[in-house]
This record gives sequence, C-alpha cells and structure tokens, in this order.
Amino acid sequence: MIYFDKVTKIYYDGAPPAVVDITLGIDPGEFVSIVGHSGAGKTTLLKMLFAEVSPTEGSVFFGSREIAGLSDMELLKLRRNIGTVFQDFRLLPTKTVYENIAFALEVAGKSDEDIRADVPHVLDLVGLSDKIWSFPHQLSGGEQQRVAIARAIVNQPDVLIADEPTGNLDPVNAHDVVEILKKINDLGTTVLLTTHNKTIVDAIGRRVVTMDQGRVTRDEKMGKYVL
Amino acid sequence: MSFWVTTKRVTRYGIAGFVRNGFVSLAAVLIMTITLSVVTGLIIASAALNSTLTELTNKVDVTVYFQLNATDEQIADIRRSLEGLPEVASVNYVTREQALADFRERHKNDQLTLQALDELGDNPFGASLEIRAKETSQYENIATYLNAQQEAQTAVGASIDKVNFFQNKTAIDRLTAIIDTSRNLGLAVALVLGLASILISFNTIRLAIYTTRDEIGVMNLVGASRWYVRGPFMIAGVLYGAVAGVAVLLLFYPVTFWLGPGSERFLGSFNVFQYFTDNFPILFLIVMGSGIALGVLSSYLAVRRYLRT
Repeated sequence: MIYFDKVTKIYYDGAPPAVVDITLGIDPGEFVSIVGHSGAGKTTLLKMLFAEVSPTEGSVFFGSREIAGLSDMELLKLRRNIGTVFQDFRLLPTKTVYENIAFALEVAGKSDEDIRADVPHVLDLVGLSDKIWSFPHQLSGGEQQRVAIARAIVNQPDVLIADEPTGNLDPVNAHDVVEILKKINDLGTTVLLTTHNKTIVDAIGRRVVTMDQGRVTRDEKMGKYVL
Repeated sequence: MSFWVTTKRVTRYGIAGFVRNGFVSLAAVLIMTITLSVVTGLIIASAALNSTLTELTNKVDVTVYFQLNATDEQIADIRRSLEGLPEVASVNYVTREQALADFRERHKNDQLTLQALDELGDNPFGASLEIRAKETSQYENIATYLNAQQEAQTAVGASIDKVNFFQNKTAIDRLTAIIDTSRNLGLAVALVLGLASILISFNTIRLAIYTTRDEIGVMNLVGASRWYVRGPFMIAGVLYGAVAGVAVLLLFYPVTFWLGPGSERFLGSFNVFQYFTDNFPILFLIVMGSGIALGVLSSYLAVRRYLRT
C-alpha cells in the first residue's frame, strides 16, 4: 500500500542526508512503530508520505501512484486520505473543537448534515463529547491530542500518521492516546507511529522499524524498542 | 461541494476569524482607518486646491481696449477671430456705454471723479473685449496675436488702442508658475502619502496573517484547497476595509462640518463640508471600494506566501 523505493533526502547542499536509500513497504491495516534517536530521519520519512517533503532521490508510492507525480488536486485528495497527528497537536487555535474537526470534513466536501452527525460521533470515540464547544487553549495537552486524533480520523482515512503524538503528554494521557490509535487500527486503518517511548512500543507489540542516521537498521514484525 | 456551500463556509470562517482575532483585527482596522483618512483627505484637499486655482485662474484675463472711433464691425471682426483661436475659452464684449456705467458704479462714492467725468461731456471710454484663456499659460499667445493684429497696417488693427496683457505680464506669469507648481506638488504629495499609507496597511495585514501562518500550514496539511484556506482571510480583509471605511466616513462628517466655515473663509468659495455632503455618494464608493480592495488584495498576497501544496 505504501512503498518507499530507494528514498534519499538531503535538505540542502552540503547537509548530511536526513534519509539514506530507504526501501520499505507497508501493507494495509498494519500498525508500524518507527523508532530511533532524534535526527534519525523518522519525521522526514513520514513527511514524504504526505508530500510536505519531496525525496531528493527515489520514489514514494501510495497505492499504485507515485506521490511526486500527483497533480495539486490529487495531492489534496491524498492528504484527505491520510490523517496526521503531531507532537504539538497543530489545532486551529481560533476554532472550537467542533470547528476543528468539521474543517477536515468540510475540505473533503461533506454536507452540513453529515458533519453535524459525524463530529459528535468521532468525539465520542476519543472521549471528548463534553468539550465540543471549547477552544484548544481551554483544553489540557491530552485533550488537545485527542481532538487532533479525532480530526485525523473523521474522514476515515486509509492511513493515520502519528508523529511523536505522546511526546508532550504524561504517561496516563500517553497510554490513552495509544489505546485510541490501536482501536483505530483495529477498525482497519493503517497506523504509522513514531515515538521515543519504549514502554509504549513494547506494549503495542506490533511491527517496529528502527532508524539510525537516516537508515533503517532493524525491521521486525513483532518488534521491541531497541536502539 | 457546491459553490454556495463553500462560499457560505468561507464567509462564516472569515467573520469568525475577524471577531475571534479581535486585537489583531482592531489593529488592522485602525491602520486602514488612517490610510483611508489620508486618501479621503487627499481627495478633499485636491478638490480644494483645484477650486482655489480655478478661481484664481478666472480672475485673470486679457482685455483689448479699442479706440473711441472703432466701429462695431471692426470689434466684431476681432471678436470672431479671437473666438476662432483654440486657446480662447470666452470673449466678453463691453460696449462704451457699459464701460461708462461700470466706471460710474465703481466711483459712485467719489463725487470729484464723477464731476470731472461730467465736465468732459463726452464718453471718454472705448469699447473693450475681455478674453479668458483655457489655461493661464496661453494668455501670452493670445496677447501676441492681438499685438500682431495691432501692428498690421489694417483698419481693424488700427482700431485697437491697447492690450493690457503686457502691463500684467509679470503677475500672470507668476500666477501661472504658482498654479503649475501647486498642481504638481499636490499630485506628488498625494502620490507619496497615498503609497505610504497603502504600504503600511498592506504590511499590517501581512503581519496579522503572519501570526496565523502555522494555522495555514495545518489547513494545507488537512487537504484544504488554496481558495478554502485563502477565502476566510480575504473575507476578513473585506471586513477590515469595510469597517475602516465606515469609520472614516463617520469621522469626516463632524470634522468637515467643523472645518466648513473656516475653509470657506480661507479658500474663497470652497466649503469642505458642502463638498463632503455634495459628493458623499462618490466618496462613499471610493472609500469603501479602496478599503475593501486594499484589504482583499493585501490578504490575498499575504496568504499566498504561506500556501503550498
């Protein structure tokens, strides 16, 4: 479903490569944890998937399509089909929880009726029904991350990318977030998770890809957090 | 997604963004209010300058005085030839009788002069033609033409007694220079001030949007189209311009009312309040139109910087 074909990324001339000659395939429905030190190239790898970064060499495929060959319109459709969650939440600060989630549905062209039905439903899934009219600054870190997850999954994407989603959270909230990700994966969505949290990776007990200095150094189907 | 649904959503977000970013919106509106005040002030000042200069220009003329024995035909000949000149705006014929009546009216409180006039018995005034040119700089051409006529050895030329331009030449030349300089200077000042205010407004809106660049990044990431990201900022731009425009029009009403009588005393017949009220529809269109256009264009350009696919 996702295929990185000999991908290298160098951000500017003279800089060390962020990602070096990576070939990696990910099947539909997988839960893949990507681990490694800071600067190992995890985030760069994920950014190439939703075309925020383009590879210097090699190709990235989503399904049968190479991402670099997509038109602007196709790229928008691709992004609507990939949910993203980040360490810093990236919510829209002047929009309420409802509007943040509705925004993702609106850009996907959903009707007002669908939006009114879907937003409460997805908030219920992440346990935030009572915060629907709050603004992001009125929520705790864990709550904000759950809103970000709700926004990421509301369009029922094929893939959910979670880049260090637990980095700013306490252990309880981090555990809650991972449980939600597992639940989403159980519903059929492919999940790509990057994290530094050994406990979380070991608890998930699924595929683990380890990166170091831009290269994949280990790829295990039922892996553990080993650097 | 239909056009109307998108427009409705973009408008709703634009209004919400304007209200929720209250402080930033207030700053943008205040700066645009200053910009539009400068624009409105420049329009009124330029109208005042033009009106004053036109009035001054109208006070200048060239008068041809005819000999006492000049016939109506000779005067009519000169008049026709003058009216054929492209520089001439109008020619006013003052008969000998009219000239005498005007003199009597001017000196009605000066019995001595009137007595002296009566003792002459005959009307000592010749007929004259008062000529107005389209531009003050054209008087010299007209006077030169008349001079040539006078010097030509014709009966018509001989009927001309004198042309008063050459007596007033220095004053007319100076006035022409002042009028030209004032117009050019006014235009230059208007351009510089207008441009400076527009740039300040543009920069303020750019800064306002700079504070939301991360938001724009998130919208890109979620898969929003360029217009869906740009739209709400452009609606906010419309609101900055419209609110500032209304504020300027509300502000100028009492200000021009207060300045009205003073401006009339100072500028002759130009009353700023009367100008403001008489030209309100066009001022409304200019102020609101330029405010909204500036707001929308600034937002469009500022967001473009952060849009990517």
